[in-house]
Amino acid sequence: MSQQTETLALHPEIQTRIQKQRGLDKAFRYVTLSAALLVLVILGGVIISLVEGSLPALKKFGFDFLTTERWNPVTEVFGARAAIYGTLMTSAIAMIVGIPVSFGIAIFLTELAPEWLKRPIGIAIELLAGIPSIIYGIWGLFVLAPFLQSNIQPLIIAVFADVPGLSSFFAGPPYGIGIFTAGLILGIMVLPFITSVTRDVFETVPALLKESAYGLGATTWEVVWQIVIPYTRVGLVGGVMLGLGRALGETMAVTFVIGNAHRISPSILAPGTTISASIANEFTEAVGEIYTSALVALGLLLFVITFTVLAMAKVMLIRMQRSAGTRT
Amino acid sequence: MTLYERRKMKNRLALAASSVAALIGLFWLLAILGTLLVNGVSSLSWQLFTDSTPPPGNTGGLLNAIYGSVVMSFFGILFGTPVGILAGTYLAEYGKSNPLASLIRFVNDILLSAPSIIIGLFVYELMVVPMGHFSAWAGTVALALIVVPVVLRTTEDMLNLVPDSLREAAAGLGAPKWQVVGHVVYRAARSGIVTGILLSIARVSGETAPLLFTALNNQFWSANMNTPMANLPVVIFQFALSPYEDWRKLAWAGALLITVTILVLNISARLLTSRSSARQ
Repeated sequence: MSQQTETLALHPEIQTRIQKQRGLDKAFRYVTLSAALLVLVILGGVIISLVEGSLPALKKFGFDFLTTERWNPVTEVFGARAAIYGTLMTSAIAMIVGIPVSFGIAIFLTELAPEWLKRPIGIAIELLAGIPSIIYGIWGLFVLAPFLQSNIQPLIIAVFADVPGLSSFFAGPPYGIGIFTAGLILGIMVLPFITSVTRDVFETVPALLKESAYGLGATTWEVVWQIVIPYTRVGLVGGVMLGLGRALGETMAVTFVIGNAHRISPSILAPGTTISASIANEFTEAVGEIYTSALVALGLLLFVITFTVLAMAKVMLIRMQRSAGTRT
Repeated sequence: MTLYERRKMKNRLALAASSVAALIGLFWLLAILGTLLVNGVSSLSWQLFTDSTPPPGNTGGLLNAIYGSVVMSFFGILFGTPVGILAGTYLAEYGKSNPLASLIRFVNDILLSAPSIIIGLFVYELMVVPMGHFSAWAGTVALALIVVPVVLRTTEDMLNLVPDSLREAAAGLGAPKWQVVGHVVYRAARSGIVTGILLSIARVSGETAPLLFTALNNQFWSANMNTPMANLPVVIFQFALSPYEDWRKLAWAGALLITVTILVLNISARLLTSRSSARQ
């Protein structure tokens, strides 16, 4: 009925125009929707191609792929254990180095720095995030590694030589390149990522809470330690996980300084390899189906690990945002 | 020491430590830029821009690598940007609170930080294996896949900053949705969207891992997109790890070129957003 009155009221030309615009609206909606769906298609494509590519190796080695240390292209026996160890170890070192420094920078930026200093330092830290990983790599290989080799590593080796339990962990010789150097570079590379999340979540703390604590006579440090950090705990963990996700998957910088040795040494000063460095180093030279497939299987493994870590980080940050939304 | 003094002492120590942390952060930036300048500037010459990469022991330049990087980045941006902008539009304009949009947002954020070497493997399986050879097109697709999440994210953020009253005013004048978005929202968010594109150019111009198994490298000049093509990041990677002094010098020069490009892009993106926010 109402349809009919509308038809009567409107001039036919206007009606066709409205029809046309409605059609265009629908088309616009579907075009944007399909672009958005492409994101899911990319993810699906990545998963399918990695699984398909790694099937030959996974069929041949099964679960042994994860636990075997040997990586021998000649006899075609491949195991990911050394690469997994290297990935986890370098990322652990990166976190030990990166977390305290990032938190320090964030505290400096939110609580301490005078207004005129906040912006330049914030920008400098963000520029650090923009430097591509290959630049960190070339710098690490030609500047940091030689420096560590001649100045720092002999010292570490000497200091820990007589400490029971730790001496083999820091045993020489000082190669310069190796797990330790790679972890250190990763630590520098994750700084800007953890710092920027940390600063953002620190800024969500309501001024009222902080002022109440100051009003009770708390020092700046006590406000940070007892008010800001507990309030932002979930977000901080999210930021750290985001940095961890980056560190686990970082490729080029690590490839330069890791030494690419498929073995697990007791010393963290020794050369090793990571999942991503193995792929970057060997993929174009891999001959034979099984070798290539083993490298793709490493890629699948890396994808599963980083995806899990990043997804957890994301969930925590979303939860943080929600709770900040309801509490203020 | 009284309790009060102890607390003040602890406070001073902690704050000093966080200032030191900030200095450490600045120190790395300066250290990296410093070495790049010292090593890169001494290797700069006009030959870089006129000659292709040399065989070991000869002098040469980076012309083929610069060309390859520019062309592949250009097409990567050309393919990736529209998809990113349209998808960001969907999330901001239609997907405020629907579960599909939340899922896409979530996946996109993960793709944004996922290791780019995975993208390289994906495109290898997708294009290099079926085509039977490495090619510049495969490299382009890999770069485009890296551009999409970056542009999507900034577009969505920037569209969300456009006040709803603008949309309502346009709709109130009878404009259909596509015109509201196309003529009003995009215009209001223009500088923000351009910022996203600049940032994505900065991001792809240094990407190495996805090009390793897609575009590979080429010792010679090539403008054929169906063949392997030289590009700065991969050339830097190979030359820096080589034992030849000439090659290492070229690697430093290339590293300086890339870093300067990226810093310029990052800083201009920042100026663009700060100027437009000052105008509002």
